[in-house]
Amino acid sequence: MAKDSEPLFSSKNLKLLTDPLNNKNPITVQVLGICSALAITVKLKPAIVMTLSVMVVLAVSNVVISALRKSIPPRIRIIVQLVVIATMVILVDQFLKAFAYDVSKQLSVFVGLIITNCIIMGRLEAFAMANKPWPAFLDGIGNASGYGIILIIVAFFRELLGSGTLLGYPVLEKTGLYNIGYENNGLMILPPMALITIGIIIWIQRAKNRSLIEE
Amino acid sequence: MAHLFDIFIKSIFIDNMVFAYFLGMCSFLAVSKTVKTSVGLGVAVIFVMTITVPVDYLLENYLLKAGALSWLGPQFADLNLDFLSFIIFIAVIASMVQLVEMIIEKYSPTLYTSLGIFLPLIAVNCAILGGSLFMQERDYQTVWEATSFGLGSGIGWFLAIVGMAAIREKIRYSNVPKPLKGLGITFIVTGLMGIAFMSFMGIKL
Repeated sequence: MAKDSEPLFSSKNLKLLTDPLNNKNPITVQVLGICSALAITVKLKPAIVMTLSVMVVLAVSNVVISALRKSIPPRIRIIVQLVVIATMVILVDQFLKAFAYDVSKQLSVFVGLIITNCIIMGRLEAFAMANKPWPAFLDGIGNASGYGIILIIVAFFRELLGSGTLLGYPVLEKTGLYNIGYENNGLMILPPMALITIGIIIWIQRAKNRSLIEE
Repeated sequence: MAHLFDIFIKSIFIDNMVFAYFLGMCSFLAVSKTVKTSVGLGVAVIFVMTITVPVDYLLENYLLKAGALSWLGPQFADLNLDFLSFIIFIAVIASMVQLVEMIIEKYSPTLYTSLGIFLPLIAVNCAILGGSLFMQERDYQTVWEATSFGLGSGIGWFLAIVGMAAIREKIRYSNVPKPLKGLGITFIVTGLMGIAFMSFMGIKL
């Protein structure tokens, strides 16, 4: 059992954390978890709360499934995974309702929809079922951050260009842009612009990293 | 009756699952490569949604909501099992998907093989759970309203994926910038389709 003495942050484990941020980004490369990524990015704050919720759910359920991986019969694994995820999401939902009620109202059904966020099912199937709890935990944190980065970039631009604020502070008002005739771009707040923003992010990422280009 | 029709039209065009709420994007992006498979998946989604939304509606109103258990007796009247709704809804959806999978495997093995992994993944298609959760949030009054909402949302999703697949079949022949090929252009086209669907928002029902 030489593997047990592997240091906690060996280069292999660190890769689990950093890969999803760029080369294996869950949203722009693996195409997982798009639904929620788009709907809650009008403002920065719900995007951050959503990232944290996904991180908690993904990390914990990755660890749980990875700890149980030898005792789950393969035929019923999907339902076992769903039960673990749903339990975690209920906990997160109750927590948000108790401590951040206004954000939980803004996120509306999208907290519940973390259950069907494909990132979580995808990582459980692809990683947690075959790996030890500690790497599974890192994989969970890594993928959730990769997801969160895109969410925060999209929300940053949509809030800045669409409402002229960041986290609710009127940033653009201070710069005096409005006095010289600048107007907020109302289109950025509407749903379709989230898709186009992500399309542009993918464009930039693939222009820099040619190995990701599809034929 | 006209009221039911309003809900139906509204859920197809104005509150379209894909373009207004981005639900079911994962399979929407992955399966929309050819029209044929997307029709198959779209029909499966319509079927599952038309059944799960009313079933979840009944469960919500006779089992989960605050006071919903009062038909059992007065001592149950102040029970509120609302926090269980996620787990119950997902269980109903997962079992319905299993049923659809068995039906398709029996009657259309070609469709079954071409849908592949995406058939069981309908269970985690956000559009379906999203339908049930929106039903819960919007407080529909009767089970018929819930049914027409479920059917309408399913048809809306079907229209979206078939339209997308048709565009993608054509776009293969156009000269897209290389880094934008595949996923990137798909996102942008979906965005443009979303802008087109926004014109329905002007309709007052």
